[in-house]
Amino acid sequence: MFWLNQFLQGVLLGGYYALLAAGLSFLFGVMRVINLAHGSLAVLGAFIMMVIYQTLGISPLGGLALMLPVMALLGVALQFCIIEPSLKGGALVPLLATFGLALICDNVLFSIFGADTQSFAADIGTLSYGSWAIGGIFISQLACLVFAAALLVLGGTQLLLSRTQIGRRIRATAEDEDAARLSGVDTRLVRAATTALAMVMVGLAGAALGASGSFDPYAGGPQLLYAFEAVVIGGTGSLWGTLIGGIVLGVAQGVGGALNTHLSQIAGHAVFLVVLIARLYQGGALSAYLRRLRMRVA
Amino acid sequence: MTLLTIENLKACHGLLVALHDLSFSMAPGEVLAIVGANGAGKSTLMRSIAGAHRPVQGRIMFRGQDVTRLSAHRRVRGGIALVPEGRRLFPGMNVQDTLHLAACRKGVWNFETVLEALPQLKPILKRQAGLLSGGQQQAVAIGRALMTNPELLLLDELSLGLSPVAVDGVYEALPKLRAAGTSIILVEQDLRRAMAAATRLVCMLEGRIVLSGAAGSLTREAVMDAYFGLNRQAH
Repeated sequence: MFWLNQFLQGVLLGGYYALLAAGLSFLFGVMRVINLAHGSLAVLGAFIMMVIYQTLGISPLGGLALMLPVMALLGVALQFCIIEPSLKGGALVPLLATFGLALICDNVLFSIFGADTQSFAADIGTLSYGSWAIGGIFISQLACLVFAAALLVLGGTQLLLSRTQIGRRIRATAEDEDAARLSGVDTRLVRAATTALAMVMVGLAGAALGASGSFDPYAGGPQLLYAFEAVVIGGTGSLWGTLIGGIVLGVAQGVGGALNTHLSQIAGHAVFLVVLIARLYQGGALSAYLRRLRMRVA
Repeated sequence: MTLLTIENLKACHGLLVALHDLSFSMAPGEVLAIVGANGAGKSTLMRSIAGAHRPVQGRIMFRGQDVTRLSAHRRVRGGIALVPEGRRLFPGMNVQDTLHLAACRKGVWNFETVLEALPQLKPILKRQAGLLSGGQQQAVAIGRALMTNPELLLLDELSLGLSPVAVDGVYEALPKLRAAGTSIILVEQDLRRAMAAATRLVCMLEGRIVLSGAAGSLTREAVMDAYFGLNRQAH
Protein backbone atom coordinates (compact mmCIF):
# COMPACT_ATOMS: atom_id res chain seq x y z
CA MET A 1 0.00 0.00 0.00
CA PHE A 2 2.87 2.36 0.85
CA TRP A 3 4.50 1.94 -2.55
CA LEU A 4 1.18 2.22 -4.37
CA ASN A 5 0.61 5.49 -2.53
CA GLN A 6 4.07 6.75 -3.48
CA PHE A 7 3.45 5.74 -7.07
CA LEU A 8 0.08 7.52 -7.25
CA GLN A 9 1.47 10.67 -5.65
CA GLY A 10 4.29 10.54 -8.19
CA VAL A 11 1.82 10.21 -11.07
CA LEU A 12 -0.15 13.21 -9.81
CA LEU A 13 3.04 15.24 -9.37
CA GLY A 14 3.85 14.23 -12.94
CA GLY A 15 0.67 16.01 -14.02
CA TYR A 16 2.17 19.27 -12.76
CA TYR A 17 5.46 18.58 -14.51
CA ALA A 18 3.60 17.79 -17.74
CA LEU A 19 1.63 21.04 -17.47
CA LEU A 20 4.87 22.89 -16.80
CA ALA A 21 6.66 21.22 -19.71
CA ALA A 22 3.82 21.49 -22.26
CA GLY A 23 4.70 25.04 -23.33
CA LEU A 24 8.41 24.26 -23.59
CA SER A 25 7.71 21.17 -25.66
CA PHE A 26 5.21 22.96 -27.91
CA LEU A 27 7.54 25.88 -28.63
CA PHE A 28 10.43 23.54 -29.35
CA GLY A 29 8.29 21.29 -31.53
CA VAL A 30 7.10 24.14 -33.75
CA MET A 31 10.01 26.57 -33.78
CA ARG A 32 13.00 24.52 -32.56
CA VAL A 33 13.52 27.16 -29.88
CA ILE A 34 14.56 26.14 -26.36
CA ASN A 35 13.11 28.86 -24.17
CA LEU A 36 15.46 29.15 -21.19
CA ALA A 37 13.13 31.78 -19.68
CA HIS A 38 10.36 29.17 -19.44
CA GLY A 39 10.57 28.68 -15.66
CA SER A 40 10.94 32.39 -14.95
CA LEU A 41 7.93 33.15 -17.16
CA ALA A 42 5.86 30.60 -15.20
CA VAL A 43 6.81 32.42 -12.01
CA LEU A 44 6.00 35.74 -13.72
CA GLY A 45 2.55 34.30 -14.54
CA ALA A 46 2.04 33.40 -10.89
CA PHE A 47 3.00 36.93 -9.80
CA ILE A 48 0.74 38.53 -12.43
CA MET A 49 -2.17 36.39 -11.26
CA MET A 50 -1.51 37.28 -7.64
CA VAL A 51 -1.33 41.00 -8.39
CA ILE A 52 -4.55 40.87 -10.44
CA TYR A 53 -6.72 39.06 -7.93
CA GLN A 54 -5.32 40.89 -4.91
CA THR A 55 -5.59 44.34 -6.54
CA LEU A 56 -9.06 43.82 -7.99
CA GLY A 57 -10.28 41.91 -4.95
CA ILE A 58 -11.55 39.01 -7.05
CA SER A 59 -11.19 35.26 -6.67
CA PRO A 60 -7.95 33.50 -7.72
CA LEU A 61 -9.97 31.84 -10.51
CA GLY A 62 -10.92 35.30 -11.80
CA GLY A 63 -7.26 36.28 -11.52
CA LEU A 64 -6.33 33.24 -13.60
CA ALA A 65 -8.90 34.12 -16.27
CA LEU A 66 -7.42 37.62 -16.57
CA MET A 67 -3.80 36.47 -16.34
CA LEU A 68 -3.99 34.07 -19.29
CA PRO A 69 -4.76 36.75 -21.95
CA VAL A 70 -1.99 38.90 -20.47
CA MET A 71 0.40 35.95 -20.87
CA ALA A 72 -0.78 35.45 -24.47
CA LEU A 73 -0.03 39.11 -25.25
CA LEU A 74 3.36 38.77 -23.56
CA GLY A 75 3.93 35.75 -25.81
CA VAL A 76 3.28 37.83 -28.94
CA ALA A 77 5.68 40.51 -27.66
CA LEU A 78 8.25 37.82 -26.80
CA GLN A 79 7.99 36.41 -30.32
CA PHE A 80 8.33 39.71 -32.18
CA CYS A 81 10.84 41.42 -29.87
CA ILE A 82 13.12 38.57 -28.77
CA ILE A 83 12.66 35.20 -30.47
CA GLU A 84 12.19 36.34 -34.08
CA PRO A 85 15.13 38.78 -34.18
CA SER A 86 17.38 36.31 -32.36
CA LEU A 87 16.47 33.43 -34.71
CA LYS A 88 18.12 35.38 -37.53
CA GLY A 89 21.42 35.06 -35.67
CA GLY A 90 21.49 31.26 -35.68
CA ALA A 91 20.48 28.48 -33.30
CA LEU A 92 22.58 29.66 -30.33
CA VAL A 93 21.30 33.25 -30.17
CA PRO A 94 17.71 32.40 -29.04
CA LEU A 95 19.22 30.33 -26.21
CA LEU A 96 21.29 33.29 -25.06
CA ALA A 97 18.45 35.75 -25.59
CA THR A 98 15.97 33.71 -23.53
CA PHE A 99 18.64 33.12 -20.87
CA GLY A 100 19.05 36.90 -20.68
CA LEU A 101 15.29 37.29 -20.48
CA ALA A 102 15.18 34.84 -17.55
CA LEU A 103 17.79 36.89 -15.67
CA ILE A 104 15.92 40.14 -16.33
CA CYS A 105 12.59 38.58 -15.36
CA ASP A 106 13.94 37.17 -12.07
CA ASN A 107 15.63 40.41 -11.05
CA VAL A 108 12.71 42.67 -12.00
CA LEU A 109 10.39 40.45 -9.92
CA PHE A 110 12.89 40.59 -7.04
CA SER A 111 13.09 44.39 -7.19
CA ILE A 112 9.28 44.67 -7.13
CA PHE A 113 8.26 41.90 -4.72
CA GLY A 114 11.42 41.28 -2.72
CA ALA A 115 12.64 37.83 -1.70
CA ASP A 116 9.45 36.85 0.17
CA THR A 117 7.94 33.48 -0.64
CA GLN A 118 4.40 33.71 -2.02
CA SER A 119 1.56 31.20 -2.31
CA PHE A 120 -2.12 31.14 -3.35
CA ALA A 121 -2.84 28.31 -0.90
CA ALA A 122 -4.48 30.59 1.68
CA ASP A 123 -6.77 32.10 -0.98
CA ILE A 124 -8.21 28.93 -2.52
CA GLY A 125 -9.93 27.62 0.59
CA THR A 126 -10.17 23.89 1.21
CA LEU A 127 -8.88 23.07 -2.26
CA SER A 128 -5.31 23.57 -1.05
CA TYR A 129 -5.55 20.76 1.51
CA GLY A 130 -8.70 18.83 0.55
CA SER A 131 -8.25 15.17 -0.33
CA TRP A 132 -10.16 11.98 -1.03
CA ALA A 133 -9.40 8.89 1.03
CA ILE A 134 -9.57 5.75 -1.10
CA GLY A 135 -8.65 2.54 0.69
CA GLY A 136 -6.11 4.18 2.93
CA ILE A 137 -4.61 6.30 0.17
CA PHE A 138 -5.13 10.04 0.27
CA ILE A 139 -5.53 11.71 -3.10
CA SER A 140 -5.13 15.48 -3.13
CA GLN A 141 -8.00 17.29 -4.83
CA LEU A 142 -5.69 20.03 -6.07
CA ALA A 143 -3.19 17.52 -7.48
CA CYS A 144 -6.09 15.83 -9.34
CA LEU A 145 -7.21 19.22 -10.66
CA VAL A 146 -3.69 20.02 -11.89
CA PHE A 147 -3.44 16.57 -13.49
CA ALA A 148 -6.81 17.12 -15.19
CA ALA A 149 -5.61 20.54 -16.38
CA ALA A 150 -2.51 18.90 -17.87
CA LEU A 151 -4.68 16.34 -19.69
CA LEU A 152 -6.98 19.11 -20.91
CA VAL A 153 -4.09 21.26 -22.15
CA LEU A 154 -2.34 18.40 -23.93
CA GLY A 155 -5.57 16.95 -25.34
CA GLY A 156 -6.83 20.38 -26.38
CA THR A 157 -3.54 21.17 -28.08
CA GLN A 158 -3.65 17.81 -29.86
CA LEU A 159 -7.19 18.55 -31.09
CA LEU A 160 -6.21 22.06 -32.13
CA LEU A 161 -3.28 20.75 -34.14
CA SER A 162 -5.19 17.94 -35.83
CA ARG A 163 -8.65 19.43 -36.39
CA THR A 164 -8.36 23.16 -37.01
CA GLN A 165 -6.94 25.36 -39.76
CA ILE A 166 -4.60 27.15 -37.34
CA GLY A 167 -3.42 23.70 -36.21
CA ARG A 168 -2.64 22.70 -39.81
CA ARG A 169 -0.80 25.98 -40.28
CA ILE A 170 1.23 25.39 -37.12
CA ARG A 171 2.12 21.85 -38.27
CA ALA A 172 3.02 23.07 -41.76
CA THR A 173 5.22 25.85 -40.34
CA ALA A 174 6.93 23.32 -38.05
CA GLU A 175 7.62 20.94 -40.94
CA ASP A 176 8.73 23.33 -43.71
CA GLU A 177 8.36 27.07 -43.27
CA ASP A 178 9.13 27.97 -46.91
CA ALA A 179 6.60 25.45 -48.20
CA ALA A 180 4.05 26.74 -45.69
CA ARG A 181 4.48 30.28 -47.06
CA LEU A 182 4.01 28.93 -50.59
CA SER A 183 0.73 27.42 -49.37
CA GLY A 184 -0.51 30.88 -48.33
CA VAL A 185 0.39 30.61 -44.65
CA ASP A 186 1.56 33.77 -42.90
CA THR A 187 4.26 32.01 -40.90
CA ARG A 188 5.14 35.11 -38.85
CA LEU A 189 1.59 35.21 -37.47
CA VAL A 190 1.60 31.46 -36.94
CA ARG A 191 4.83 31.67 -34.93
CA ALA A 192 3.38 34.52 -32.86
CA ALA A 193 0.22 32.46 -32.20
CA THR A 194 2.38 29.49 -31.23
CA THR A 195 4.34 31.54 -28.69
CA ALA A 196 1.11 33.06 -27.36
CA LEU A 197 -0.34 29.58 -26.88
CA ALA A 198 2.87 28.36 -25.22
CA MET A 199 2.70 31.33 -22.85
CA VAL A 200 -0.90 30.48 -21.92
CA MET A 201 0.37 27.00 -20.99
CA VAL A 202 3.19 28.64 -19.01
CA GLY A 203 0.63 30.81 -17.21
CA LEU A 204 -1.43 27.76 -16.25
CA ALA A 205 1.70 26.10 -14.89
CA GLY A 206 2.49 29.25 -12.90
CA ALA A 207 -1.02 29.19 -11.41
CA ALA A 208 -0.60 25.51 -10.50
CA LEU A 209 2.76 26.29 -8.88
CA GLY A 210 1.27 29.10 -6.80
CA ALA A 211 -1.73 27.00 -5.75
CA SER A 212 0.02 23.76 -4.91
CA GLY A 213 3.28 25.13 -3.52
CA SER A 214 5.12 28.36 -3.09
CA PHE A 215 7.11 30.62 -5.35
CA ASP A 216 9.56 33.49 -5.17
CA PRO A 217 11.28 35.61 -7.82
CA TYR A 218 14.11 33.11 -8.20
CA ALA A 219 11.94 29.98 -8.38
CA GLY A 220 12.16 29.90 -12.19
CA GLY A 221 15.45 27.98 -12.41
CA PRO A 222 14.24 24.74 -10.80
CA GLN A 223 10.95 24.95 -12.77
CA LEU A 224 12.90 25.17 -16.03
CA LEU A 225 14.96 22.16 -14.98
CA TYR A 226 11.87 20.04 -14.23
CA ALA A 227 10.22 21.08 -17.48
CA PHE A 228 13.37 20.34 -19.46
CA GLU A 229 13.73 16.92 -17.84
CA ALA A 230 10.10 16.03 -18.56
CA VAL A 231 10.49 17.06 -22.21
CA VAL A 232 13.70 15.07 -22.69
CA ILE A 233 12.35 11.97 -20.93
CA GLY A 234 9.14 12.08 -22.97
CA GLY A 235 10.81 12.89 -26.29
CA THR A 236 11.38 16.41 -27.56
CA GLY A 237 8.42 18.01 -29.28
CA SER A 238 5.99 15.17 -28.49
CA LEU A 239 2.91 16.38 -26.56
CA TRP A 240 1.78 13.05 -25.08
CA GLY A 241 5.43 12.13 -24.61
CA THR A 242 5.64 15.21 -22.38
CA LEU A 243 2.87 13.78 -20.16
CA ILE A 244 4.70 10.46 -19.93
CA GLY A 245 7.96 12.31 -19.24
CA GLY A 246 6.29 14.30 -16.46
CA ILE A 247 4.83 11.17 -14.90
CA VAL A 248 8.14 9.27 -15.09
CA LEU A 249 9.88 12.24 -13.44
CA GLY A 250 7.17 12.53 -10.76
CA VAL A 251 7.19 8.79 -9.99
CA ALA A 252 11.00 8.74 -9.83
CA GLN A 253 10.93 11.61 -7.35
CA GLY A 254 8.14 9.96 -5.34
CA VAL A 255 9.87 6.58 -5.16
CA GLY A 256 13.27 8.19 -4.49
CA GLY A 257 11.75 10.28 -1.71
CA ALA A 258 10.21 7.17 -0.16
CA LEU A 259 13.60 5.45 -0.03
CA ASN A 260 15.27 8.50 1.47
CA THR A 261 14.01 12.09 1.74
CA HIS A 262 17.23 13.39 0.20
CA LEU A 263 16.91 11.05 -2.77
CA SER A 264 13.72 12.65 -4.12
CA GLN A 265 15.37 15.20 -6.42
CA ILE A 266 18.39 13.05 -7.20
CA ALA A 267 16.22 10.14 -8.34
CA GLY A 268 14.44 12.43 -10.84
CA HIS A 269 17.73 13.78 -12.17
CA ALA A 270 19.18 10.25 -12.37
CA VAL A 271 16.24 9.02 -14.49
CA PHE A 272 16.65 12.08 -16.74
CA LEU A 273 20.35 11.33 -17.15
CA VAL A 274 19.77 7.65 -17.95
CA VAL A 275 17.11 8.51 -20.55
CA LEU A 276 19.32 11.23 -22.04
CA ILE A 277 22.27 8.83 -22.41
CA ALA A 278 19.96 6.16 -23.87
CA ARG A 279 18.59 8.66 -26.40
CA LEU A 280 22.07 9.82 -27.37
CA TYR A 281 23.14 6.18 -27.75
CA GLN A 282 20.02 5.37 -29.78
CA GLY A 283 20.59 8.37 -32.04
CA GLY A 284 24.21 7.33 -32.64
CA ALA A 285 25.65 10.54 -31.15
CA LEU A 286 27.15 8.81 -28.13
CA SER A 287 28.71 5.93 -30.08
CA ALA A 288 30.17 8.44 -32.58
CA TYR A 289 31.63 10.45 -29.69
CA LEU A 290 33.11 7.32 -28.05
CA ARG A 291 34.57 6.28 -31.40
CA ARG A 292 36.23 9.68 -31.80
CA LEU A 293 37.52 9.46 -28.21
CA ARG A 294 38.99 5.98 -28.81
CA MET A 295 40.69 7.19 -31.99
CA ARG A 296 42.16 10.16 -30.14
CA VAL A 297 43.48 7.91 -27.33
CA ALA A 298 44.93 5.46 -29.86
CA MET B 1 -4.31 43.38 -70.76
CA THR B 2 -1.38 41.37 -69.44
CA LEU B 3 -1.56 39.05 -66.45
CA LEU B 4 2.13 39.03 -65.62
CA THR B 5 4.91 41.39 -66.63
CA ILE B 6 8.53 40.82 -65.74
CA GLU B 7 10.73 43.89 -66.19
CA ASN B 8 14.54 43.77 -66.14
CA LEU B 9 14.61 41.08 -63.48
CA LYS B 10 17.98 40.27 -61.99
CA ALA B 11 18.38 37.56 -59.34
CA CYS B 12 21.48 36.14 -57.69
CA HIS B 13 22.56 33.19 -55.61
CA GLY B 14 25.33 34.76 -53.59
CA LEU B 15 27.83 36.11 -56.12
CA LEU B 16 26.37 34.05 -58.97
CA VAL B 17 23.94 35.95 -61.18
CA ALA B 18 21.09 33.56 -62.02
CA LEU B 19 18.87 35.96 -64.01
CA HIS B 20 20.22 38.80 -66.18
CA ASP B 21 17.78 41.68 -66.89
CA LEU B 22 15.02 39.29 -67.80
CA SER B 23 11.85 40.76 -69.33
CA PHE B 24 8.70 39.15 -70.70
CA SER B 25 4.96 39.25 -70.23
CA MET B 26 2.07 36.84 -70.50
CA ALA B 27 -1.63 37.26 -71.19
CA PRO B 28 -4.46 35.68 -69.18
CA GLY B 29 -5.26 32.13 -70.27
CA GLU B 30 -1.82 31.45 -71.71
CA VAL B 31 0.20 28.33 -71.00
CA LEU B 32 3.81 29.43 -71.12
CA ALA B 33 6.46 26.73 -71.19
CA ILE B 34 9.97 27.62 -70.09
CA VAL B 35 12.68 25.27 -71.25
CA GLY B 36 16.41 25.36 -70.81
CA ALA B 37 19.37 23.36 -69.61
CA ASN B 38 20.24 22.93 -65.94
CA GLY B 39 21.46 26.21 -64.49
CA ALA B 40 19.56 28.32 -67.04
CA GLY B 41 17.72 30.10 -64.21
CA LYS B 42 14.26 28.57 -64.76
CA SER B 43 13.62 27.61 -61.13
CA THR B 44 15.05 30.91 -59.87
CA LEU B 45 12.62 32.73 -62.17
CA MET B 46 9.70 30.65 -60.87
CA ARG B 47 10.71 31.17 -57.25
CA SER B 48 11.15 34.91 -57.87
CA ILE B 49 7.63 35.18 -59.33
CA ALA B 50 6.24 33.20 -56.37
CA GLY B 51 8.07 35.34 -53.82
CA ALA B 52 10.31 32.56 -52.53
CA HIS B 53 13.43 34.23 -53.93
CA ARG B 54 14.09 37.95 -53.64
CA PRO B 55 15.40 39.53 -56.86
CA VAL B 56 18.09 42.20 -56.58
CA GLN B 57 16.74 44.32 -59.40
CA GLY B 58 13.68 44.70 -61.64
CA ARG B 59 9.92 44.53 -61.22
CA ILE B 60 7.27 41.82 -61.19
CA MET B 61 3.83 43.16 -62.09
CA PHE B 62 0.79 40.93 -61.57
CA ARG B 63 -2.59 42.17 -62.84
CA GLY B 64 -1.09 45.65 -63.07
CA GLN B 65 0.19 45.69 -59.49
CA ASP B 66 3.81 45.67 -58.43
CA VAL B 67 4.28 42.53 -56.33
CA THR B 68 8.09 42.53 -56.31
CA ARG B 69 8.33 43.23 -52.56
CA LEU B 70 5.32 41.18 -51.47
CA SER B 71 5.99 38.10 -49.34
CA ALA B 72 5.24 34.64 -50.73
CA HIS B 73 2.05 34.10 -48.71
CA ARG B 74 0.62 37.45 -49.88
CA ARG B 75 1.29 36.52 -53.49
CA VAL B 76 -0.51 33.22 -52.93
CA ARG B 77 -3.49 35.13 -51.55
CA GLY B 78 -3.21 37.47 -54.55
CA GLY B 79 -3.51 34.57 -57.00
CA ILE B 80 0.00 33.22 -57.68
CA ALA B 81 0.71 29.62 -56.69
CA LEU B 82 3.89 27.61 -57.16
CA VAL B 83 4.25 23.85 -57.38
CA PRO B 84 7.93 23.84 -56.45
CA GLU B 85 10.66 21.62 -57.78
CA GLY B 86 10.86 18.59 -55.49
CA ARG B 87 7.21 19.20 -54.48
CA ARG B 88 8.03 20.36 -50.92
CA LEU B 89 5.10 18.59 -49.27
CA PHE B 90 4.77 18.23 -45.51
CA PRO B 91 5.83 14.59 -44.95
CA GLY B 92 3.95 14.11 -41.68
CA MET B 93 0.68 15.68 -42.87
CA ASN B 94 -2.00 13.63 -44.61
CA VAL B 95 -3.29 14.52 -48.07
CA GLN B 96 -6.64 15.82 -46.83
CA ASP B 97 -5.03 18.22 -44.36
CA THR B 98 -2.48 19.31 -46.97
CA LEU B 99 -5.30 20.32 -49.31
CA HIS B 100 -7.38 22.05 -46.62
CA LEU B 101 -4.28 23.92 -45.41
CA ALA B 102 -3.98 25.79 -48.70
CA ALA B 103 -7.64 26.87 -48.88
CA CYS B 104 -7.05 30.59 -48.46
CA ARG B 105 -8.87 32.13 -51.42
CA LYS B 106 -12.39 31.75 -52.82
CA GLY B 107 -12.92 30.58 -56.40
CA VAL B 108 -13.80 27.62 -58.58
CA TRP B 109 -11.37 25.32 -56.81
CA ASN B 110 -12.39 23.71 -53.57
CA PHE B 111 -11.86 20.32 -51.97
CA GLU B 112 -14.51 18.63 -54.17
CA THR B 113 -13.50 20.21 -57.50
CA VAL B 114 -9.82 19.48 -56.85
CA LEU B 115 -10.67 15.81 -56.24
CA GLU B 116 -12.68 15.79 -59.48
CA ALA B 117 -9.71 17.18 -61.41
CA LEU B 118 -7.24 14.89 -59.65
CA PRO B 119 -9.21 11.67 -58.96
CA GLN B 120 -6.03 9.79 -58.07
CA LEU B 121 -6.08 11.67 -54.74
CA LYS B 122 -9.40 10.18 -53.55
CA PRO B 123 -8.06 6.82 -52.29
CA ILE B 124 -5.06 8.37 -50.52
CA LEU B 125 -6.69 11.23 -48.61
CA LYS B 126 -5.80 9.81 -45.18
CA ARG B 127 -2.23 8.82 -46.08
CA GLN B 128 0.76 10.86 -45.03
CA ALA B 129 2.34 12.77 -47.90
CA GLY B 130 5.81 11.46 -47.07
CA LEU B 131 4.71 7.88 -47.70
CA LEU B 132 3.31 8.45 -51.21
CA SER B 133 4.88 7.61 -54.58
CA GLY B 134 6.45 10.40 -56.64
CA GLY B 135 3.45 10.64 -58.96
CA GLN B 136 1.00 10.77 -56.07
CA GLN B 137 3.10 13.43 -54.36
CA GLN B 138 3.13 15.52 -57.53
CA ALA B 139 -0.66 15.27 -57.73
CA VAL B 140 -0.92 16.37 -54.08
CA ALA B 141 1.41 19.31 -54.78
CA ILE B 142 -0.76 20.38 -57.74
CA GLY B 143 -3.91 19.91 -55.67
CA ARG B 144 -2.44 22.02 -52.87
CA ALA B 145 -1.66 24.81 -55.33
CA LEU B 146 -5.15 24.60 -56.86
CA MET B 147 -6.77 24.91 -53.42
CA THR B 148 -5.36 28.47 -53.32
CA ASN B 149 -7.46 29.25 -56.43
CA PRO B 150 -4.58 30.66 -58.43
CA GLU B 151 -4.99 32.88 -61.46
CA LEU B 152 -1.40 32.05 -62.30
CA LEU B 153 -0.10 28.55 -61.60
CA LEU B 154 3.66 28.00 -61.68
CA LEU B 155 4.64 24.39 -62.28
CA ASP B 156 8.35 23.78 -61.73
CA GLU B 157 9.81 20.56 -63.18
CA LEU B 158 6.54 18.63 -63.18
CA SER B 159 7.98 15.41 -64.54
CA LEU B 160 11.24 15.35 -62.57
CA GLY B 161 11.78 11.95 -60.97
CA LEU B 162 8.43 10.56 -62.12
CA SER B 163 7.72 7.45 -64.20
CA PRO B 164 6.29 8.10 -67.71
CA VAL B 165 2.89 6.79 -66.55
CA ALA B 166 2.87 9.17 -63.58
CA VAL B 167 3.87 12.07 -65.86
CA ASP B 168 0.98 11.21 -68.22
CA GLY B 169 -1.40 11.32 -65.26
CA VAL B 170 -0.17 14.74 -64.18
CA TYR B 171 -0.28 16.20 -67.70
CA GLU B 172 -3.83 14.91 -68.23
CA ALA B 173 -4.95 17.36 -65.55
CA LEU B 174 -3.49 20.44 -67.28
CA PRO B 175 -6.31 21.01 -69.83
CA LYS B 176 -8.82 20.95 -66.94
CA LEU B 177 -6.86 23.66 -65.14
CA ARG B 178 -6.73 25.80 -68.26
CA ALA B 179 -10.43 25.30 -68.88
CA ALA B 180 -11.06 26.64 -65.37
CA GLY B 181 -9.37 29.91 -66.42
CA THR B 182 -6.02 29.31 -64.77
CA SER B 183 -2.95 30.65 -66.59
CA ILE B 184 0.08 28.41 -66.34
CA ILE B 185 3.84 28.83 -66.49
CA LEU B 186 5.42 25.45 -66.92
CA VAL B 187 9.10 24.61 -66.49
CA GLU B 188 9.79 21.36 -68.27
CA GLN B 189 12.89 19.42 -69.34
CA ASP B 190 10.90 17.22 -71.73
CA LEU B 191 10.75 19.39 -74.84
CA ARG B 192 8.10 17.28 -76.59
CA ARG B 193 5.71 17.53 -73.66
CA ALA B 194 6.41 21.24 -73.19
CA MET B 195 5.67 22.05 -76.85
CA ALA B 196 2.51 19.95 -76.77
CA ALA B 197 1.12 21.49 -73.59
CA ALA B 198 2.06 25.16 -74.11
CA THR B 199 0.57 27.98 -76.16
CA ARG B 200 3.87 29.85 -76.01
CA LEU B 201 7.42 28.76 -75.37
CA VAL B 202 10.42 30.54 -73.90
CA CYS B 203 13.90 29.07 -73.97
CA MET B 204 16.42 30.23 -71.38
CA LEU B 205 20.18 29.97 -71.37
CA GLU B 206 22.47 31.21 -68.61
CA GLY B 207 19.84 33.47 -67.08
CA ARG B 208 18.68 35.05 -70.34
CA ILE B 209 15.81 34.43 -72.75
CA VAL B 210 17.35 33.26 -76.01
CA LEU B 211 14.19 32.21 -77.83
CA SER B 212 10.50 33.02 -77.49
CA GLY B 213 7.46 32.40 -79.63
CA ALA B 214 4.11 30.69 -80.11
CA ALA B 215 4.56 26.96 -79.45
CA GLY B 216 3.07 26.06 -82.84
CA SER B 217 5.40 28.38 -84.74
CA LEU B 218 8.68 27.08 -83.32
CA THR B 219 10.41 24.06 -84.75
CA ARG B 220 12.01 21.48 -82.50
CA GLU B 221 15.37 22.19 -84.20
CA ALA B 222 15.17 25.94 -83.46
CA VAL B 223 14.38 25.25 -79.82
CA MET B 224 17.19 22.67 -79.55
CA ASP B 225 19.65 25.17 -81.03
CA ALA B 226 18.60 27.81 -78.51
CA TYR B 227 18.65 25.21 -75.71
CA PHE B 228 22.29 24.38 -76.36
CA GLY B 229 23.32 27.97 -77.15
CA LEU B 230 23.86 27.45 -80.85
CA ASN B 231 21.51 30.29 -81.76
CA ARG B 232 21.54 33.19 -79.33
CA GLN B 233 19.50 35.60 -81.39
CA ALA B 234 16.28 36.38 -79.53
CA HIS B 235 13.07 36.36 -81.52
